[in-house]
Amino acid sequence: MILTKAQYEEIAQCLVSVPPTRQSLRKLKQRFPSQSQATLLSIFSQEYQKHIKRTHAKHHTSEAIESYYQRYLNGVVKNGAAPVLLDLANEVDYAPSLMARLILERFLQEHEETAPSKSVINSMLRDPSQIPDGVLANQVYQCIVNDCCYGPLVDCIKHAIGHEHEVLLRDLLLEKNLSFLDEDQLRAKGYDKTPDFILQVPVAVEGHIIHWIESKASFGDECSHHAYLHDQFWSYWNRDGISQCCSGWCGTPGLSSSSASASQSAGITGMRKHFLPGILMKCVCK
Amino acid sequence: MAAVLESLLREEVSVAAVVRWIARSTRGSEVTALTRPQDNPGEAAALSSLRPLRKEFVPFLLNFLREQSSRVLPQGPPTPAKAPGASAALPGRPGGPSRGSRGARSQLFPPTEAASTAAEAPLARRGGRRRGPGPARERGGRGLEEGVSGENLPGAGGRRLRGSGSPSRPSLTLSDPPNLSNLEEFPPVGSVPPGPAGRTKPSRRINPTPVSEERSLSKPKTCFTSPPISCVPSSQPSALDTSPWGLGLPPGCRSLQEEREMLRKERSKQLQQSPTPTCPTPELGSPLPSRAGSLTDEPADPARVSSRQRLELVALVYSSCIAENLVPNLFLELFFVFQLLTARRMVTAKDSDPELSPGVLDSLESPLFQSIHDCVFFAVQVLECHFQVLSNLDKGTLKLLAENERLLCFSPALQGRLRAAYEGSVAKVSLAMPPSAQAVSFQPETDNRANFSSDRAFHTFKKQRDVFYEVLREWEDHHEEPGWDFEKGLGSRIRAMMGQLSAACSHSHFVRLFQKQLLQMCQSPGGAGGTVLGEAPDVLSMLGADKLGRLWRLQERLMAPQSSGGPCPPPTFPGCQGFFRDFILSASSFQFNQHLMDSLSLKIRELNGLALPQHEPSDEDGESDVDWQGERRQFAVVLLSLRLLAKFLGFVAFLPYRGPEPPPTGELQDSILALRSQVPPVLDVRTLLQRGLQARRAVLTVPWLVEFLSFADHVVPLLDYYRDIFILLLRLHRSLVLSQESEGKMCFLNKLLLLAVLGWLFQIPTVPEDLFFLEEGPSDAFEVDTVAPEHGLDAAPVVDQQLLYTCCPYIGELRKLLALWVSGSSGRSGGFMRKITPTTTTGLGAQPSQTSQGLQARLAQAFFHNQPPSLRRTVEFVAERIGSNCVKHIKATLVADLVRQAESLLQEQLVTQGEEGGDPAQLLEILCSQLCPHGAQALALGREFCQRKSPGAVRALLPEETPAAVLSSAENIAVGLATEKACAWLSANITALIRREVKAAVSRTLRAQGPEPAARGERRGCSRACEHHAPLPSHLISEIKDVLSLAVGPRDPDEGVSPEHLEQLLGQLGQTLRCRQFLCPPAEQHLAKCSVELASLLVADQIPILGPPAQYRLERGQARRLLHMLLSLWKEDFQGPVPLQLLLSPRNVGLLADTRPREWDLLLFLLRELVEKGLMGRMEIEACLGSLHQAQWPGDFAEELATLSNLFLAEPPLPEPQLRACELVQPNRGTVLAQS
Repeated sequence: MILTKAQYEEIAQCLVSVPPTRQSLRKLKQRFPSQSQATLLSIFSQEYQKHIKRTHAKHHTSEAIESYYQRYLNGVVKNGAAPVLLDLANEVDYAPSLMARLILERFLQEHEETAPSKSVINSMLRDPSQIPDGVLANQVYQCIVNDCCYGPLVDCIKHAIGHEHEVLLRDLLLEKNLSFLDEDQLRAKGYDKTPDFILQVPVAVEGHIIHWIESKASFGDECSHHAYLHDQFWSYWNRDGISQCCSGWCGTPGLSSSSASASQSAGITGMRKHFLPGILMKCVCK
Repeated sequence: MAAVLESLLREEVSVAAVVRWIARSTRGSEVTALTRPQDNPGEAAALSSLRPLRKEFVPFLLNFLREQSSRVLPQGPPTPAKAPGASAALPGRPGGPSRGSRGARSQLFPPTEAASTAAEAPLARRGGRRRGPGPARERGGRGLEEGVSGENLPGAGGRRLRGSGSPSRPSLTLSDPPNLSNLEEFPPVGSVPPGPAGRTKPSRRINPTPVSEERSLSKPKTCFTSPPISCVPSSQPSALDTSPWGLGLPPGCRSLQEEREMLRKERSKQLQQSPTPTCPTPELGSPLPSRAGSLTDEPADPARVSSRQRLELVALVYSSCIAENLVPNLFLELFFVFQLLTARRMVTAKDSDPELSPGVLDSLESPLFQSIHDCVFFAVQVLECHFQVLSNLDKGTLKLLAENERLLCFSPALQGRLRAAYEGSVAKVSLAMPPSAQAVSFQPETDNRANFSSDRAFHTFKKQRDVFYEVLREWEDHHEEPGWDFEKGLGSRIRAMMGQLSAACSHSHFVRLFQKQLLQMCQSPGGAGGTVLGEAPDVLSMLGADKLGRLWRLQERLMAPQSSGGPCPPPTFPGCQGFFRDFILSASSFQFNQHLMDSLSLKIRELNGLALPQHEPSDEDGESDVDWQGERRQFAVVLLSLRLLAKFLGFVAFLPYRGPEPPPTGELQDSILALRSQVPPVLDVRTLLQRGLQARRAVLTVPWLVEFLSFADHVVPLLDYYRDIFILLLRLHRSLVLSQESEGKMCFLNKLLLLAVLGWLFQIPTVPEDLFFLEEGPSDAFEVDTVAPEHGLDAAPVVDQQLLYTCCPYIGELRKLLALWVSGSSGRSGGFMRKITPTTTTGLGAQPSQTSQGLQARLAQAFFHNQPPSLRRTVEFVAERIGSNCVKHIKATLVADLVRQAESLLQEQLVTQGEEGGDPAQLLEILCSQLCPHGAQALALGREFCQRKSPGAVRALLPEETPAAVLSSAENIAVGLATEKACAWLSANITALIRREVKAAVSRTLRAQGPEPAARGERRGCSRACEHHAPLPSHLISEIKDVLSLAVGPRDPDEGVSPEHLEQLLGQLGQTLRCRQFLCPPAEQHLAKCSVELASLLVADQIPILGPPAQYRLERGQARRLLHMLLSLWKEDFQGPVPLQLLLSPRNVGLLADTRPREWDLLLFLLRELVEKGLMGRMEIEACLGSLHQAQWPGDFAEELATLSNLFLAEPPLPEPQLRACELVQPNRGTVLAQS
């Protein structure tokens, strides 16, 4: 399914400073009933990430951390069962999972001799039962399950989506009888950077010749598109170089995706003249 | 300059500061920004005062070192007593190196007026002339090269003019570097095989004198035929033609007597014209050094190094200059260092400075090298800094280096690294050149009659071609005969033939023929390394005969030490090239030359623009290394062709401008410049260079451009057009810092090649020596680099040692130097060169095809000759592809099988040895020793594959109408060639390949085994009937997460889930877990964890249920049903571990504390079911319960918990009905959550 740029922008408009919670998502769904939850969530998540990228520095000053921590402590002293941490995060407009991490770090600093390692923190976030303080464990857990944009669960969901779409893509390629090399095969051949699939025989889709396919299971907005272009696509191009004039990336046709037009235009702006863009379809939903 | 060095020695400034200081000067742009933060202000001040002298520092340093070393490498003529010692170091470096070395140690770069400080005085004494003896030599060289006898003088004159006013310096006799122009003392050793053999056109350091006046232009003749060291001179002339030595021996030696006579004449002529003291001084000639001379080497002892610190400092500065490419010629410096390393004895310093006392150490007044120990110490210090370059030299050099006892003694660490490098090196380089008169089968492309305007023209051309080949054959037969002369023998015939070429089109036809023949004959890269463009594989490689191989090696050993031209030989026309050069000169036809230039330019453009394959990433794996080898060879062929063509283009293009008169000066020069700047370049090399740099193809463009420029006349570098080119090249040279390696940048060996050729170019006499040290203003000429494509040819490893040594045979001088050391120093009988006593009198390379295989090869050649060229191309193409495919096939079948065997063997091994398995390296060894022998099958399989595949391919590609006999011959040849190719690769690489693949398999297996044994177990896929319609894992995680977040809160009053939804969710979870299509391990882990959390919430009755107000809580039965579903999922469907212990984590148990009234029965039920289903052991649960007690709970909760655990522990699992009895409900006593 194709989402127009206008639709996309309308959705993005509604997401300005909305906390990343279940409730927000529900409201969004009511507002845009024609869009699937996955699409909305993906856009939400991406817009929210942009927001966090812009603002996260201010939450990481030592003064901010200190004040959050004090507020948290005061809050739990009053009522340990109340959603202190979640409310705090929503109030200061920060992702609950990230707030949880911040407070947890601060807490461990206070209680342990040495500064906690990243892996310890990650492991505690994944399994809050490991957190030595029961109240904090509950608070952290609450933050994580209520955050729909950050946190280990969300990460896992994203990863799962990526994997699923790769499988779907592979099935589609098999179904269409397109011969391809997948990432593992490519890696075995020594490619250092690999797209998901390289077509052994290029195909033409809507007039664009497609050599390889990279499925990004996230919403292909302009910004992320540029980032990918920079990080990955050019390096594929440099390696799989192929003929100068036709190379491209895309989701597969038929593997429905939401953002072709939005990202397509983004793709074109980033292209050199001789490099006709393929179609980029980011696969967000089935 | 000296001041800088002195302050360095006094440690007033650091080495780094000095190097920065020099480098900045050469980079030009930062001249004013002297004080950088990292500069110590004191240093900066010390250096800033010397600012104007900066650019002279490097020349000063180099000259200083040469000067200092002159006592150690003392070949000065006036001290004949020392000559033997000198000869020990030099004579074996026949001709070339000795000269070169000598040149090297002479003053490389004259100090300029501004620079003349006190310390430079001695240098100035040597002559204001730049480069000491250079000009003289150059003169001679030019003479040889350019023919006309007097011609050599101009060079000298020019130089002299520039350097005029240099006082002669009699005082310097001792430290004067060996006078290599002294031909008696340093005779160029005779036998000169094609490569360097003909290098009689000397660089500025080398000054052989032409002997034959009439024919000085023709085929390079090494006229000063003194025998190779190991030969007795008198035996030579007679042995010349019959002994294998004769092959390489100079053709032109009539008799020594005669030559000497001519030599003398020549010299006296030179002397008349150039009265400078540095010109060749025959009268100084000392007797020919005899090998038997006192060769007692002084042992070098690290303990006796006199001033370590000072040497270390100087070595460091020197090394830094080399590393930064501040010196013009890397290999010249290495050569110098090697000379120091292998210096035999110190000159007995009876007449040397009496103040040579240990007292005055830290100034420049005292000699830097006071003993052999110092020299060796210094050399080793420098070599240590350049290990990387050394490690990229050929295997032979590495071996000699690694075995050098002095090196071992002074730096065992370096020696160890060298040994390791040697052992790992595969860079076997054949120094032998193909015999000069290859038995070339002539196969001109049959020129099509349709290309001629008339029958007459066609027939004339046919005749001309006959004449041409007749001439060529005659040359082949006779050019090595002593009395034979090209001009005399062939000149008139050639001119007559050229006279017949009236029509312009005939000229172009002839030129095409000429050029093709040139390429065909001359560009063989030597050894069996590569095949010539469009030519059948080298006869030798086709033969593969053991006997012949041995002969070849023998010949190589015989020839290698003699084929020298010094570290900076002049451009020459070795081997067959001599014929073509002489032909051009003899023909002296303007039309011919013009057409030739046109044709050469065209071909150069074409080859230079050739799209050469890029290095594909897959090659890193060796997947297509067969192809890559082929591609590398293709690059080598193209490069060598280009170099050959460019050399001839340069030769012809600049021919009219190279006259006997000295380079003009003053007004005359200006007018010539004005005139010459009008003349458009014969080929727009500047643009080609710029484009080459832009496209990162410097590795292809620069080497041929250097060849082209090496023939430029003296005016050329002064022309704006060419000056730009030189400046570009200089920038390139400086930018090729070897130590800087990065992705996408130039490969190391590519850089090394460019450095070698550029360094060589900078030593060519016509290149003004001050050019290198020019301080250039900022120019954007080199900026183009930044917009270059990421992966040019430069970044691909196209150059290997064979190509490097083929292009720059002078690098081989290093090896010879070391070999000489070995041969001379130890008491071993013989050493490098004397071991071999040739017993055969037949020419070695001349008739290699006498064997039956050789005959076969010739038959094949003849066969192709009679067929259309497309047939040959087809056969070669098929052979190439099939050969390559064969290797791939073997990899995919035999090797893959072996890898599978390895895997199963490994599994067994692991089973027997237990989980630990043992040391992977050891395992690998065991496996390889078992499997590698199977690699032998590869050859048979490969042969069979080629046999099977080639004929079909040939048949498919040739026209249907091809006669059966031709077809079958073509097929057979294709099979043979393909087999040859495949088997050559396989026999060389199969073991390594198997090893590599097995290694990869082993590490794969071990990795899979290591961290996650569960993942290794049978992971069931979905059943065959599964249509993969199950909900996606991501969807499920998301759904469960929603339920969890609802349960944990906060939630709106109207939020909740229906029991049906929960049931449905668990049902879906089951489906997803059974259809594993989309499930990845992390997703499964999270699902498992979420399901456990869900169970905990169910047990604690924390899930808000939608429905009529009364039913805010889950009905007990429903909860149990859901728990049952979960239990069955855990039991049946999850394949990964489920973190069930989380059920009893304090946090989840704490959920119960929240409920009022507390209900424990579900938990108890769950625990019992867990035990019953074998999901958790009793002990495990006990342990969990036990640890629960340690947490802080509200009093009543703790009590209840204790009761629960007692209950659980007390009884064996009870049947269902009794569970209700276990309620522990104590309403209204639950309180707040436990606080920590």
